[in-house]
Amino acid sequence: MGKTLFDKIWDSHIVMSKPGHPDAVYINTHFIHEVTSPQAFDGLRKRGIPVFRPAKTRATADHNVPTMDQHLPIKEALSRLQVEMLTKNTAEFGVELYGLGHPYQGIVHVIGPELGITLPGMTIVCGDSHTSTHGAFGAVAFGIGTSEVEQVLATQCILQYKPKRMKIEVNGTLKNGVLSKDIILYIISKISASGATGYFVEYAGEAIRNLSMEARMTICNMSIEMGARGGMIAPDEVTFDYIKGREFAPKGAEWDKALEYWKTLFSDADARFDQVLTFDAADIEPQITYGTNPGMGMGISQHIPALDQLDEKERPSFKKSLDYMDLQPGAALLGKKIDYVFIGSCTNSRIEDLRLVADFVKGKQKAEDVVVWIVPGSKQVEAQAIAEGLDKVLTAAGFQLREPGCSACLGMNEDKVPAGMYCISTSNRNFEGRQGPNARTFLASPLTAAAAAITGRVTDVRELV
Amino acid sequence: MSKIFQHLVSSAVPVPIENIDTDQIIPARFLKATTREGFGENLFRDWRFESDNTPKADFVLNNPVYSGKVLVAGKNFGCGSSREHAAWAIADYGFKVVVSSFFADIFKNNALNNFILPITVSEGFLDKIFSAIEKDPKAELEVDLEGQYIKIKATGEQESFDINPYKKTCLLNGYDDIDYLLSLREEIGKYEESRPFNF
Repeated sequence: MGKTLFDKIWDSHIVMSKPGHPDAVYINTHFIHEVTSPQAFDGLRKRGIPVFRPAKTRATADHNVPTMDQHLPIKEALSRLQVEMLTKNTAEFGVELYGLGHPYQGIVHVIGPELGITLPGMTIVCGDSHTSTHGAFGAVAFGIGTSEVEQVLATQCILQYKPKRMKIEVNGTLKNGVLSKDIILYIISKISASGATGYFVEYAGEAIRNLSMEARMTICNMSIEMGARGGMIAPDEVTFDYIKGREFAPKGAEWDKALEYWKTLFSDADARFDQVLTFDAADIEPQITYGTNPGMGMGISQHIPALDQLDEKERPSFKKSLDYMDLQPGAALLGKKIDYVFIGSCTNSRIEDLRLVADFVKGKQKAEDVVVWIVPGSKQVEAQAIAEGLDKVLTAAGFQLREPGCSACLGMNEDKVPAGMYCISTSNRNFEGRQGPNARTFLASPLTAAAAAITGRVTDVRELV
Repeated sequence: MSKIFQHLVSSAVPVPIENIDTDQIIPARFLKATTREGFGENLFRDWRFESDNTPKADFVLNNPVYSGKVLVAGKNFGCGSSREHAAWAIADYGFKVVVSSFFADIFKNNALNNFILPITVSEGFLDKIFSAIEKDPKAELEVDLEGQYIKIKATGEQESFDINPYKKTCLLNGYDDIDYLLSLREEIGKYEESRPFNF
């Protein structure tokens, strides 16, 4: 019987497999950042051991960094300390750091791909659940905890039980105004925030094949929001074209050899998945979430479920969620007034997202009482946006183009949405307090967010494009 | 933090909410510490305290009637962010066991790596635990790792739970994953030599 893409990669990375034990899996690339690594380095110090393969770990500062005046010292003492600790730890243990001020600095899941560090067939981990992003290249990539970061630093391996395999096929063609973000929000709304727990997902089908690498990354990025261990897409010409020529990508004879291998990375026709789900791209309209987990989403023209549409058991948690959002069961969201727009995060902060937004807002003005933050995913995205003149378009529309970082996706820095305010956000989580204490988040695509920035309200972007 | 877990009899703290994500367990703004200690004081911070730091009387951790080393929560506990700080906060507060009908994968690993036992029970048994605590907030649960069962003492009802044999051995004896992986260094070196690519 044939093998799935996931099995091909996983099986070829097993260092030790013993009955009753989790597999010891070799990791090709380990990304670290300032928030989930300090305790891991401390652990190494306590054991008196070095980083086993320092060249296979890359570091950046992203979660905590300010998105204004990055050339100045970080004002907030604890954030500054954490970023300084990363500098100290990486220097002491010989790990490459793309810190603040470095031309490669940025959100860890944006810089890996754009630098050609992320490659098909790799195993990739990082102390961040959105590591699944890298799966867009046909890599087995997943988020880990800090104890596991320490394992990888100490041994370049991780102990893991092999997850089950799920295939999600999206067939057909997307409608106008519908982006890859809408595909993934749609899938999560259908299968819930825990619908893929225990599984590693492979996305397939015509609608996925037709996406750019940036758009594929958006899909894989949110795999964790339905509980999946990770998500991946088989590499193809789109993947190879994206990687070729990037800073750390293989070159010359190495490239030819790698390419030959990468072309074997697909699920065999007779490979068995533990579960297969199929969706039709034509059924997907622009999506928006209304609740406090990413599974609580719907088409933008639809209504929030009424209480009697839900199981009795689900009602208390549902009610708690809508109370937090100050929304009524059964209500529509179209026309709802919003206060903030956040375009950024590892989900949607790549150059393609900025281009799409700039193209849409060109010649338009943001609504007067809305604050719009647009935060590029990396210094390279920022530089590219400036080179293309996107900065001028966005600024002219009244958008604040800020400096790279995770920013208002999780509000660890100053970029917090004030209590009680509504933010339409291109990020990945609408949890209570995620964007700031008592902030209320509507997740949506960059186009839907841009449309709301212009009208000041939840808007069906299809009416404007 | 004790690295060994074998047997426990304790009352429990109920949080009957579904999809509790790790941002609720420990909000991102408290992730700036560089050690593993002290996160317990901010466990469930925004459910537990008003913005001016006064305790919210209706939250279970602020109700002196409830106490114990077992946290009982609704399904899909620990979803969202991979932050191990969530497990550290739960351990630092004093919990040794978390019971739910469903756990998110990363949280489950993080809990086990911190010698907290996540016990997955059936929806029906979870309901029984919640009603036992509703009847008597001091209702005790008995957890036995060797025998892999959880029992409601008052009624004698019990259910067995799954745990993989490797993790069970780790918890019973206080071993951690790094000890095991470090013992594989020779095999890791051999594996590296066998790889056709330098990545």
